[in-house]
Amino acid sequence: MPTVASKPGQQIGQQHTITILVENRPGVLARVAGLFARRGYNVDSLAVSITEDPTMSRMTVVCTGDGYILDQITKQLGKLIDIIRVADYTDMPMLERELALIKVNADVTKRGEIKELVEIFRAKIIDIGETTFTIEVTGNVEKITAFESLLEPYGIREMVRTGRIALVRGARTAAQS
Amino acid sequence: MADVKRSHIETYKPVGPKSVRPIEDGTTTSGARALMLELKHQGCEVVFGLPGGVMLPAYDVLYDEGGLNHILVGHEQGAAHMADGFSRATGRVGVCFATSGPGATNIVTGLCNAMMDSIPMVAVTGQVRTSSLGKDAFQEADITGITLPVTKHNFLVTDANAIPRTIAEAFYIARTGRPGPVLVDIPTDIALARIDYHPVNDVHIRSYTPDVAMNIDSIDIAAQLIHEAQRPVIYVGGGAISSGAWEEVRELARKTNIPVTTTLMGKGAFDETHDLSLGMLGMHGTAYSNFAVRDTDLLINIGARFDDRVTGKVDGWASQAKTIHIDIDPAEHGKVYIPDVSLVGDCKYVLQALLPLVRERDRTSWNAQVDAWKQDFPLWYPTGQDEIIYPQHVVDELFKSTDGEAIVSTGVGQHQMWAAQFYKCRHPRTFVSSGGLGTMGFGLPAAIGAAVGVTDRPNWCVDGDGSFIMTSEELMPAVQHKIPVKVAILNNFCLGMVRQWQTMFWDERLSSVDLSYQPDFVKLAEAYGAVGLRVEKPSDVRRVIDEANDITDRPVVVDFRVNSHENCLPMIPAGQTVDQMIVERPL
Repeated sequence: MPTVASKPGQQIGQQHTITILVENRPGVLARVAGLFARRGYNVDSLAVSITEDPTMSRMTVVCTGDGYILDQITKQLGKLIDIIRVADYTDMPMLERELALIKVNADVTKRGEIKELVEIFRAKIIDIGETTFTIEVTGNVEKITAFESLLEPYGIREMVRTGRIALVRGARTAAQS
Repeated sequence: MADVKRSHIETYKPVGPKSVRPIEDGTTTSGARALMLELKHQGCEVVFGLPGGVMLPAYDVLYDEGGLNHILVGHEQGAAHMADGFSRATGRVGVCFATSGPGATNIVTGLCNAMMDSIPMVAVTGQVRTSSLGKDAFQEADITGITLPVTKHNFLVTDANAIPRTIAEAFYIARTGRPGPVLVDIPTDIALARIDYHPVNDVHIRSYTPDVAMNIDSIDIAAQLIHEAQRPVIYVGGGAISSGAWEEVRELARKTNIPVTTTLMGKGAFDETHDLSLGMLGMHGTAYSNFAVRDTDLLINIGARFDDRVTGKVDGWASQAKTIHIDIDPAEHGKVYIPDVSLVGDCKYVLQALLPLVRERDRTSWNAQVDAWKQDFPLWYPTGQDEIIYPQHVVDELFKSTDGEAIVSTGVGQHQMWAAQFYKCRHPRTFVSSGGLGTMGFGLPAAIGAAVGVTDRPNWCVDGDGSFIMTSEELMPAVQHKIPVKVAILNNFCLGMVRQWQTMFWDERLSSVDLSYQPDFVKLAEAYGAVGLRVEKPSDVRRVIDEANDITDRPVVVDFRVNSHENCLPMIPAGQTVDQMIVERPL
């Protein structure tokens, strides 16, 4: 019997990190985002900027879905004319980082504790106000999430994350097949 | 121009003589003129369009440039469908023009239609001047944004110097790999800007390399599976026609005696009058093709995509079969089924690699079984009727009178399915029908586009009354340019397919399908200057078809008053399997 490709609900969604090299042209981001939206794929984070080659941009997309969805996303992305290469880094030895800025309540009595946490996580206090600290932290997703949860009790006023970026370990680049 | 794929039907002749004023390479000219020059350089000879404010620079060039024929349409949707029909019939890239705003939005349906059926075409739209973009200018529409999901690619030209390269890239993208529609949006100030024109001979797109080597590592396994199969079936789709692979398909069938079924899009890839032909499969396919697929142990998919109109319930279809999937688009492999053998590449080249590895097979008891099914479950309709015209009879007579040599276009609905069932196509690029999108109103403009492209075959549009009403205004350009399309309206005074579903599945609650207030189609045709004919008795059907076939200088509309209670059978209701197929045996 021919194997049916997608069995909805039978596979648990996994988080995948997909790196896309694209032509640096207006509208490319809209195409990629449109593709995800139109097919109902959920994007957890999206980071994009130009690369060492100024005519080429790199997008790092973190999305959740099962193997079938991932396979289809990758192939559909590959069909877009402005996409140079699509690589799924999920199962490869990957270096991933994210940057977060966290504005946390820093009452005088708590400042010491917070500063200790900042040191332990090798973060940086980049702004001090009368009642708040703004902290910059970089790391992989577990580190950022851990730091955030340790700061929660003090009261996080505002937080922004860049979304994950990633490179594969070693000499290999995304541009190579 | 080296890679331009040529259809085996190379009879396109431009409408009327026009002089070409040659331009020297590197002469300074307007963006608009560079556009026309590059279109001609890419092989375009006719454009279907309608002018507007921002297209004035382009149309001014058309007025005295010569060499590009323009057909003024009644509605821009007609222009898009004409370009589409032109492409399907000739294998070339059809071109349409529209102005900004409503002109551009009017071609969206046509672009979506071409996208769904993988038809190459290039649409050039005018746009407001660059300084007005995004400011809700008069007749401004973000057409590149709107058409992102319905084009293979689109361009907004912001530098006039890029016009020739953009047009060259548009054609390249449209016709290579899996073909598709490409839109080029040109702001009016860009069209007026002065540039140095150089024809483009080389297109290189870093991010798009459709000629990359195919993946056919498992081709030996495919050949082995074919050798071992007891009850194989060849399933051919539109990809075989896009690829020009019909001779390879024929050779494969001849060598192996394997029965061949085609999809709606694949009609004509294999001669339907041939012994091995099973006709069309799927929801309204022949009973015998669906039985063959039910029992097959090897399905050889050549350029088809396991569309839901073919499979019905996906996990109940071809349940005993291994599958070999040959398709140029890697995204189709594993989209519906994970094939046992995946051969990614252009059908023609994959088959050329496969054929030498395939061993000859004689006819077997499987062929005898298939033939028995064809005997016992033929397509049929009641005959010997004096008073009622059966729609199937009209198509049957059309087939007989043209000997299967006409180009047949259709609208969408019951008439389309009857045309697909009863018009046995013998040649590729002779069945022009909206498959994936199912666009009512496609028929007449597509027939016109096909007639412009192919002038040595009779050109018939089998249409429905509902579908015909949607784009009947295109009779105007057909009359103006003496395009001899013939429209056979299977007139049942209702939206037939919807009525059928309401009758079968919605308790006969016929909600909004009554077309009793339709115009008199004979008078409508005559109002446009076309010939209008009406047929009300079965004995007149063939006579009037022959009469229409003799008219060669203007369109003909024939209003066939057909039985309005006829259901299109066989039918496998949506999402079901062949076990639920509704079929009638001859009385």
